[in-house]
Amino acid sequence: MTEARFELIVLGAGPAGLAAAKAAADSGREVLVLDDNPLPGGQIWRGGPDQAPNARARAAFSALQHPRIAYRPGARLFAAPGPGTLLVELPEGGCRLGYGQLILATGARERFLPFPGWTLPGVFGLGGLQALAKGGYPVAGKRIVLAGTGPLLLAVADTLKARGARVLLLAEQAPLGRVARFAAGLVRHPAKLAQAVALKSRLLGIPYRCSSHVLEASGRERLERLRLSWGGEEGFIDCDYLGCAFGLLPNTETGQLLGCTLAAGAVAVDDYQQTSRPGVYAAGEACGIGGVDKAQIEGRIAGLAAAGRPEEARRLFPARAHARDFADRLAEAFRLEPALLRLARPDTLICRCEDVPLQALQSCSSWREAKLLTRCGMGACQGRTCGPMAETLLGFEPRGSRPPLQPVSLETLVSALSPTDPR
Amino acid sequence: MPEAVIAELPIRLNGETVRVPAGITVAAALALAGQQALRLSVKGAPRGPLCGMGVCFECRVTIDGRRHERACQRLVADQMEILTHD
Ligand SMILES: Cc1cc2nc3c(=O)[nH]c(=O)nc-3n(C[C@H](O)[C@H](O)[C@H](O)COP(=O)(O)OP(=O)(O)OC[C@H]3O[C@@H](n4cnc5c(N)ncnc54)[C@H](O)[C@@H]3O)c2cc1C
Ligand code: FES
Repeated sequence: MTEARFELIVLGAGPAGLAAAKAAADSGREVLVLDDNPLPGGQIWRGGPDQAPNARARAAFSALQHPRIAYRPGARLFAAPGPGTLLVELPEGGCRLGYGQLILATGARERFLPFPGWTLPGVFGLGGLQALAKGGYPVAGKRIVLAGTGPLLLAVADTLKARGARVLLLAEQAPLGRVARFAAGLVRHPAKLAQAVALKSRLLGIPYRCSSHVLEASGRERLERLRLSWGGEEGFIDCDYLGCAFGLLPNTETGQLLGCTLAAGAVAVDDYQQTSRPGVYAAGEACGIGGVDKAQIEGRIAGLAAAGRPEEARRLFPARAHARDFADRLAEAFRLEPALLRLARPDTLICRCEDVPLQALQSCSSWREAKLLTRCGMGACQGRTCGPMAETLLGFEPRGSRPPLQPVSLETLVSALSPTDPR
Repeated sequence: MPEAVIAELPIRLNGETVRVPAGITVAAALALAGQQALRLSVKGAPRGPLCGMGVCFECRVTIDGRRHERACQRLVADQMEILTHD
């Protein structure tokens, strides 16, 4: 196992991580940026610098040219054996990394809720289908229904339409009243309003229905047909793909592994983005869903604070407050309708890795019991998909996070356990 | 839209050589080759990619002899050896 030490490690090369790395490097720190993805950019700029959609993205990617920033893609953190040490699996093998300070910019993933047929091939996450399409997944000519909530629904439709997909319907779960109030409130965020108007005009002709969600997906070997509820009525649509998810969930596993306190399902931070662990900071979606503006500002604050520049960090507090105001409006407008929690039938699978249906979990009183009796959450994804569902549907206590965070190769584990590098 | 010349490269998919555009993910290459389902669940149901971002492990395949690689998180490479349903 190879070893290296850095003044600052930033975990995540999305908007928050790139902004944090740049702020710290500009202040003289040597920074290592690690990301699991093959390309930098996080969720929003997933295609990397070559596919940067605008000047803002290009400016963000310029961080990677900085002489004091090193960047490693395809890096999976799998353990934190003690303070100041991370074990990371790189494409060429395991690596033990020391750090003085750490910034967690691990972003968010989608919230899935189970409904009959959601395990069929052709049913994707909403942002998941967007991410796949950005990676070259064929969508041209496909008949696609998108169901979910919030602005991501429109962003994904835009991406897919630009790649030649036939988007048949946008099903927004929130009622029209809340969506309209949110839109009216955008006058306080004029830049967002302009974006929304431009987006809407590009999507002209695609039906957008509020109070709408999927009831059931069906097909033989893959998705063929959907049963939907729109505004209280039911109907069927034949389609090739469904993109479907219900909001975002902060990725907190790394924070939990390091012993950071959580609050409201996100990594808790103070004014300077520091977590409950001294020297460990968090920024972006990992410490609360809020989108790209919030992610970049928090990243900058974390980078400056980690580099010992609290005064400069303070100057960004008003901008952060403005971005968080937008985040609060989003959360309120697009909160989940209770009907979405009642779509699963007793035989609907909750854990896709171990094929555990809802009815097997209903007799369990805790995660521990569910794991022991049903193997729920014990498969390859280690409960990342079923965990939040079981917490929401069954009221289980949130899971802890134990190493290894992700399945690693035996070779890497063995080399991680040997204290010195024999090679 | 300008016509870009897309470079192609050969990969080995379940023993057969196919040519795919460079720069795409393994999940995309498999879908282009007609493989939407990439594995069978423990009870034998077909499964394909779900999250597209490395979280769900539904897209796992064997790449160059390494099992449980996530097809959505890897880019295709020249002569890459991919096995589905492994
Ligand atoms: C699927 C999806 C699609 C989205 N699409 C859009 C969109 O089109 N437009 C938009 O404005 N917003 C979109 N968002 C919202 C998005 O979260 C924010 O816009 C913004 O990207 C958040 O920035 P971030 O830096 O906090 O997180 P992210 O952009 O999510 O970046 C986090 C990075 O950390 C890496 N990472 C996480 N855990 C680890 C680990 N353990 N080890 C190594 N690396 C790790 C991830 O690979 C990722 O690259 C999307 C969100 C999701 C989940
Ligand atoms: S599709 Fe979820 S990990 Fe690849």
